[in-house]
This record gives sequence, structure tokens and C-alpha cells, in this order.
Amino acid sequence: MRWLLIKDLQILRRSPLLVALLIVYPVAISLLIGFALSSPPGKPKVAFYDQVPRGQGIVRLGSQRLNVGGYASDLLSSIQPIRVRSLAAATADVRGGRALAALVIPADLPAQIQGLIQEGVGSPTVQLYLNTSDPIEREFVDQAITARVTQVEQAVSKQVLRVAVDDLQEVLNGGRVQILDQSVSLLGLRNARTIVSGTLRSLPAGSPLRPALRRVIDFADLAIEGLGFASPVLGSIGSPLTVQRFELAGRTTPTATYAAAIAVVVSLMFVAMLLAAGMLAVERSENAYPRLARGLVSTPALLAEKTLLAGGLAAVTALLMAAGVSAFVHLDWGRLELWALALGFGGLAFGALGTALGALAREVSAASLMAFGVSLPIAFMALVPASAVSATLASVLDAVAFAFPFRAALQAASSAFSGGPPALVPALAHLAALSLVFGALATLAMRRFAKR
Amino acid sequence: MSTTASTKPRAPLTARALSKRFGARVALRELSFELAPGERVGIVGPNGAGKTTLLSILAGVLAPDHGDLIGSGRRAGWVPQQPSLYSKLSVAENLRLFARLERLAEPDAAVERMLEQTGLRDRANDEVGRLSGGNRQRVNIAIGLLAEPPVLLLDEPTAALDPSQRERLWEFISSLGDDGTTVVFSTHDVSEVERHAHRVMLLAEGELLFSGTPGELERAVADGSAPGAGRSADLESALLRFLKLHGH
Repeated sequence: MRWLLIKDLQILRRSPLLVALLIVYPVAISLLIGFALSSPPGKPKVAFYDQVPRGQGIVRLGSQRLNVGGYASDLLSSIQPIRVRSLAAATADVRGGRALAALVIPADLPAQIQGLIQEGVGSPTVQLYLNTSDPIEREFVDQAITARVTQVEQAVSKQVLRVAVDDLQEVLNGGRVQILDQSVSLLGLRNARTIVSGTLRSLPAGSPLRPALRRVIDFADLAIEGLGFASPVLGSIGSPLTVQRFELAGRTTPTATYAAAIAVVVSLMFVAMLLAAGMLAVERSENAYPRLARGLVSTPALLAEKTLLAGGLAAVTALLMAAGVSAFVHLDWGRLELWALALGFGGLAFGALGTALGALAREVSAASLMAFGVSLPIAFMALVPASAVSATLASVLDAVAFAFPFRAALQAASSAFSGGPPALVPALAHLAALSLVFGALATLAMRRFAKR
Repeated sequence: MSTTASTKPRAPLTARALSKRFGARVALRELSFELAPGERVGIVGPNGAGKTTLLSILAGVLAPDHGDLIGSGRRAGWVPQQPSLYSKLSVAENLRLFARLERLAEPDAAVERMLEQTGLRDRANDEVGRLSGGNRQRVNIAIGLLAEPPVLLLDEPTAALDPSQRERLWEFISSLGDDGTTVVFSTHDVSEVERHAHRVMLLAEGELLFSGTPGELERAVADGSAPGAGRSADLESALLRFLKLHGH
């Protein structure tokens, strides 16, 4: 087996283009997948036309003022605005492809909000012009702006409620309020009750004013009690629900680390499977297999050699890739020996699967195509979240993912990179079992390989 | 041409009632023969006659369904029709790899000997993929001879070669008989059998129709020992008439 291994390394050394393609292509693919998974989408470019004249975005809330312009800037934080000076320019930007959408703030938006607050009628409206030529981009920008609008609505509601609560407190307790730019002293219900109560005590017992003043005091008591209760209720409506988060699984693999593990394992899978399938098929393409099979090399030894070669080289490639990725994403270098263990076991499992495919395909081009064709689906099936599909389909995907090495290799790699769950040892045991299963299948497939 | 040039005392290979089927098709029907040391045997017959199957069984690549073989398998050197070589390795690296896989006691000495014997010393470091068809076939044969086998089995060794390459190859193969190596080759070129074989074995539909010298085959057709016999101008005509007379 040693001499076959040396021979294969010599062949690879003399095929630099093939080796470069074999390494560069999967690494490029896996990096793209990793970046796609780890990077949030960028902010959409949106033409922004604000028709509200400068300084006129003020809404009066009782004794206070609300600057609508401040909330508009919140809205802009979720997009990349292209400020324009007319509606025509905004829609032209969308039609010309310079912006994915146009957001128009009408001049009467402050008045609309004022009307809603004071009279409880109307629905303040901003206008959003969407480019409908690309449905995915349309959905993206629509969601980005709609989500932000909801946040702005909540912020405005909270502000209105805060003002209402403040005003109620002033009605109860008194204070100073601004009315028509003048500071006016407000007596307050509690103070009024105190005054009326004092007046009542100073009246003679038979005074005809006593019953009337008693009724005023009773009303004041009732109002104080009711309004005192209303304030905290109104305050609570502003933030009705608070989510308290609990992490049940101990340490969690960070998203970026998980994405890096996916990229590395995709690379590991491609290199191991393509190399194992291709190098086994080379024995037949070079017509060497019949000579080897005359007792020079046993079938299990030949398969073990290809699995070791492919798994080993794939693990080295993946390790180098992980080292490179660690410049951008935190991977725990203190666990380097576990990285090697996880990638080594993963490489062997993928290599064993590759030899089974190579034995079935028999020819180099067919083997490479088959290895490539099988790789992508087993990776994607292992990555589909269970919540994204029906329960039945999730069970099927789960079973398929269990039967192939990708998910176990990903679990092993993410655990090795971060120390987070799932545990490393069960994943390694799973990979070892899969190596044996695919080795046995490859041995069966060699019957077809040996046929003329 | 002498019948044999025997320097090795015992028959290096004996076949008794060899049979082989591939599904419903019968590839070989109870073939029996014995090879003498230093003998060169040419196996001829139409396509599908069973030539490659017979050589593969003698080489131990295929197992017979029935029958016995004495002195075959890994003891025989095998040269398949398509060169069985790694094109990215050099001539010397190919020889060294197979010498090591054969577990020869002195692989480097065996490589040197074969480079010398095949006249490929000056091409030792050339990649096999860059060699001519003739030289590639020489390396292919050299690998078959690495373990100094008593029998060398060649499956259509000159099929892809031009006339001058064939001539050089036959010079080399003929020289092997000098040290007692038995050579068994299959071919479609009857003139090669006429010129280079001591014995011709004629196969058709898996059956051994004739085994004897080329002269004996011609005489069998000419003197009437074969049914419907008559005089033939050459071995090829004799062979075709022989096949026709036997219903092939």
C-alpha cells in the first residue's frame, strides 16, 4: 500500500493543473457559501424624497412637541438613501436601476399625525415606489422598509403615550404647562381637593354650601383614584411585552464560526470525494487495475490506500483553509489538535464515500461527475433547517443527513473550532462508522469495477 | 524454425479441460494443452473466439468455471493488450513500482536488468505518456518480465504498432526464448504466427480446433486429414479453409 500511496502522490505532483483545480475550485465554492451564510444582506439603495419643509416637522402633543424629522432619520438607518428633490427624480432613479425603491415623505405627514393624535382619525401615510422587475430584490427592500416603519410606529406610539401619562400626572398633581408659548400654572386635582376640603372645614355646621362641597370632594377622590391607576396602565401599553432569553445548551457556536465550519467542511468534502473517486478510477483508466488485482494488491488495501490518500490530502487542505479563515473569524487555536482530528475523521468518511462512487463509475470523468453531483445535495440536505420544511420532509432530510458524512463532519468541525455543542466524540464515532459502511459498499462496488 | 529451444526441464504450464462462461455465452469449452519450456505459441482465431479470455485465465486475472491449471497465475508474466502503465510516471518509476509490488528481493537490480534488456535505458526518466506506442509496449512487456517468469503471456502485443515497431518488438520477444522463457501470444496477424511461433493454437467459439506447428496446419488442410481438405497457398488461406471446414 505504501508504494501505491507514493505512486499516487507522484502522479498528483505531476498534475499541477488538476491539483490546483481540485483545491481552488472547492475552496472558492465553500468560501462563497460561508460568506453567503455569515454576511447579512447589505442596505438597499433607496431614493428618498422628503417633502416636509425644513423646521415644519413638529407635531404638538398636549403641552409637548414631537419632531417627526427625528423619526425619519430612524427610517433611513435601514436603507442607503439617495436624497432627491422631486418625486419625478425619485421614480426615475427606480426606473433607471440606480435605486431599488423610492421612499416619499408627503408634506402633510406632520399634519396627518397631528390629526390622528388630536381627533383619533386618519392614517398617516408615506409612499414607497418599488422596482418590480426583480421579485427577490423587491421583497428584500419591501421587508427592510416595512420592518423599519413598524419600529418607527412603535417609537411614535411610545412617545405619545409618555406625553399622555405626563399630562395625566399634571392634571393629578399640578405643575407648569406650556400653552401658546406661555408657561401656565396648573392647580391639579389633589391640590384642588385639599383647598375644597379646607374650605369645607371652615364652614359653619349648618351652612347650605356643605353638601355641594362634599360632592366636589367625593368626585375629586374618585378622579384621583381612577387617574392614579390609569397612569401605570398607560405606561405599560407602551412596552407590553418583554422577551427574556435563556440559553439552554450551554455554550453556543457563534454564527460566524459555524459559517466558517460549513465553508471548511464543504471544501473537505469536495477534495476528498473528487480525489478518492478520481484516483480509484485512474487505476482502471490506465488499465493498471487488472495487473494489480493479480495478487499484487488486495481490494481492501487498494480502497484503504485511496481513502487515506484522499482523506489525508483533503484534511490538510481543510486545515490550511481553517487557518486562513481564522484571520477573519474567531477559531480557537488552542484546540488545533481537535481541528485535525475532526477534519481527519471527516476526510476519511468522505474518502470512503468517494471510493464507492469511483468503483461504481469506473471511469475518471464519470467518477468526477458523480462525486460532484452527489456532494452538493448531501451538503444542502444537511443544511436545510427542520423548521423550514414540513415535518415529514424534515424527517426524510434528517435520515439522509444521518446516512452521509456531511452533518457529522460539520458537527465535529464546529465543535472542534469553538468548543461549543454538539459534543465532538459522538460526531467522530458517527464519522468512523460511516467510513466503515462506505468502505464496505466500495468493496461491493469493486465487483462492477473489476468487470471488463 | 525449430520446434522448441528447451533449456528448462519441466512443462511450465499445463491446462486441463478449462471452461468459462459469461452468462449464457460460452467463452471456453474444455480446453486442454501443455506448454513446453522456451516454446513460442501463437493463439489465433476470429473475434470472440476466446483468445483474451484464455490468456486472462492463464494469467490468473480470471478464474475458470471448470478445469485445472498447473503452473499459472502469478508465476506467469502477463502483458495485457492495452499497456498497463501509469502515464504520469517515468519508465523507471513504473518498473520500480511493479518490482516493489511484486515484492522482488532486489527491485532496483530488476529495474536495471529490464532497462538493459528492453533497450530503454536512455528513456528511463521519460514519462511513459510521452513514449511512442512501440516503446510503451516494450515497457508493458518489461513489467511482465520483471519477476523473471517461466511463462510470458502477451495479448495482441503488436496490435497498435507500425511495421518497424513490430519488427523490433518481435526481435525482443524472440530473444526471450533463448533463456527458456515460454511465450504465449494472441494475434490476428497470421504472418506473425508463421514467422515467430513454434506452435499455433486455433480457437473458434471457445473451442480449441487445432494445436500444432504452422506447417502441420497447412499439411492438415492439404493432405486431407481435415474434412473437405485441399491444397492452400499459405498459412492464412489454410487457416481460413480449416475454419470453414469446421463450420466457422
